[in-house]
Amino acid sequence: MKITRRQWLGSLLTLCSAALLPSRLFAASAVFSATDTQAVLDDLFAGLPIEDSDAINLRTPEIAENGAVVPVTVSTDISGVESISLIVDENPNPLSASFTLTSDSVPNISFRVKMGKSSTVRALVKTSDKVYMATRDVKVTIGGCGG
Amino acid sequence: MASKVKIRGKLSGTIAKVKFLIPHPMETGTRRDADGQVIPAKYIETITLYKNDQVVMTANWGASVSKDPYLSFQINNSAAGDVIKVDWLDNQGESGSGEITLK
Repeated sequence: MKITRRQWLGSLLTLCSAALLPSRLFAASAVFSATDTQAVLDDLFAGLPIEDSDAINLRTPEIAENGAVVPVTVSTDISGVESISLIVDENPNPLSASFTLTSDSVPNISFRVKMGKSSTVRALVKTSDKVYMATRDVKVTIGGCGG
Repeated sequence: MASKVKIRGKLSGTIAKVKFLIPHPMETGTRRDADGQVIPAKYIETITLYKNDQVVMTANWGASVSKDPYLSFQINNSAAGDVIKVDWLDNQGESGSGEITLK
């Protein structure tokens, strides 16, 4: 059977996308299984400068009575936000959630996380050329990982 | 057992405030049951939020998002009649979705 150039290119393309897809999925789960904050930061924001910012409003309780349900709100005035990530330093896997936004998203997200013990919580707001960070310390009286 | 996503949406001007709750165990894979057996990890890995079939937000989650995840989110340029939909997929391949039409 003679293979035309078009067929060959087509199969090459299929092969490439097949090879690309799982590696992307793998990358996402790998960063979630990282066990220290620095590894998460390196993986998520390779090379981008990270600076502390007052323009991020990270709201958490100061003392969380129940570590299984800690409400977190991240909002910001920064424009051009590409993603918002939340890291809990002392959790076995610090990266908790990463939200990828579009131009139709308002950078204002509330959700709830589990915390194993008292920890620093970081909100990271990524724009095209910089990462902004806000941190809060949260005290946990009952851990949420069911130990 | 695909459970139903509870979703609410409210328009305030052109911003849609969307809240949803997904009944899901969000097991970390580190807990043990009464017999000392490890309960396998089962947690939502990806969330996709659509407005009229266009992706507005995607989220990657780890197992440390609380059980029965709740999320509140705001969408720009929204109007009455827009359909807001949320899809979720967990690490065991189970999925679910919910949608609401803005009024």
